[in-house]
Amino acid sequence: MKNYSSFYIFIYASVMVIIVAAILSFTAIQLKPMQQKNIENKKMQDILASVNIESTAENADELYNKYITDSYVININGEEVSGKEAFKVNLKKELSKDTEEMNLPVYICSTEKDGKCFIVPVRGKGLGGPIWGYIAFRSNLNTIVGTTFDHDAETPGLGDKITTKEFQTQFRDKKIFDDAGGFVSISVLKGGKGAGNPHAVDAISGGTITSNGVNAMLEECLVNYETFFKSKGN
Amino acid sequence: MENKKESLFSARYLKQLTGPINAGNPVTVLVLGICPTLGVTVQLKPAIVMAISVLFVLTIANLLISLLRNTIPPRIRIIVQLTVIASLVILVDQVLKAYLFDVSKQLSVFVGLIITNCIIMGRLEAFALGNKPWPSILDGIGNAAGFGMIIIILAFVRELFGSGSVLGYPLFEKIGLYSVGYEDNGLMILPPMALIVVGIFIWIHRSFNKELVEEK
Repeated sequence: MKNYSSFYIFIYASVMVIIVAAILSFTAIQLKPMQQKNIENKKMQDILASVNIESTAENADELYNKYITDSYVININGEEVSGKEAFKVNLKKELSKDTEEMNLPVYICSTEKDGKCFIVPVRGKGLGGPIWGYIAFRSNLNTIVGTTFDHDAETPGLGDKITTKEFQTQFRDKKIFDDAGGFVSISVLKGGKGAGNPHAVDAISGGTITSNGVNAMLEECLVNYETFFKSKGN
Repeated sequence: MENKKESLFSARYLKQLTGPINAGNPVTVLVLGICPTLGVTVQLKPAIVMAISVLFVLTIANLLISLLRNTIPPRIRIIVQLTVIASLVILVDQVLKAYLFDVSKQLSVFVGLIITNCIIMGRLEAFALGNKPWPSILDGIGNAAGFGMIIIILAFVRELFGSGSVLGYPLFEKIGLYSVGYEDNGLMILPPMALIVVGIFIWIHRSFNKELVEEK
């Protein structure tokens, strides 16, 4: 085995690191616009899916512009915040702020089937990482039209079932306010108690922590919109 | 290039390619790369993408290390290997995010886990550092194929009995198994069962290949 001087080793390591860094940053910068576009497309698809409109990465842009007629940002008191674009709001950052300073996005959508809908984003914690989604309401801002949920790292085959149609269609026609007008959110319950209950859905068996995460996410995020829902809904 | 006398597909070279698929299989014989074997085999699709990604990373890493083998100072060779592997994995990850967004979402953290796959490090250290580029490429392809084959079969078994589907297609539901009282085996989805199934594979493999059975 050849003997290498410390100087050689030092230079070797430095040159290697510089070359690698140059290659990686070049690729990252080159691919950034495409990755950004993919993320935006996915977000549009998720928003559309909550009002039960199927889209692909190719036509997401077009369908989004067709169906989402308006979007704005509100604060905790339900007042519109001017100068903010709903689509660009980072919900993760907003949820970590004080409730008074939160910027909460609302998307308005008009579909052939369900008429005017209001879509709000939600975000919370699952078992392996963040979970998030979009909840679409009818114009009375009480009855749910549809939902989309997505996740980063829930257990495949168990917790990741929150992304399936079977789980999400349960939410349709459920209500977040009780008959007296009090906010009750939608509970995710174990043991088949969800089906007949207007304020609950069935949890995923084997995905308890993810189900509890969805439950907490809905409650914590939707409560921020309570004032807005009450003032706009009827 | 260096091997003008020897054909590129001579028997000796082909052995580099086919050896790891059978008698030198990284998973069932060397018991390497068990972490991704447990991690990505709950469903078939991520397992297939993982197999392809490992094939790419291992082949290119083997080639690069083999080309550099006479310049790498032994004292920092592990660091050099890690840098090469990590860079390739980040490249794969970036390209997947740009061109195959759906697949990259499915794999999420597991792409990063390729870095920790001991098969890759093992082949660089044991083979590429001491061999010429062409056999190193073959060795990379062979080992990745041996690994990929096992995780794909394993994922097939686990998805079939754990979720009753193949590549997301609900096979057991379509052929009416649930209506006669069959239920999915929840244990199949959990990592311990992957280990048990790998054990069964090793058993089957050795019953076919008696050379692998250790003498008592």
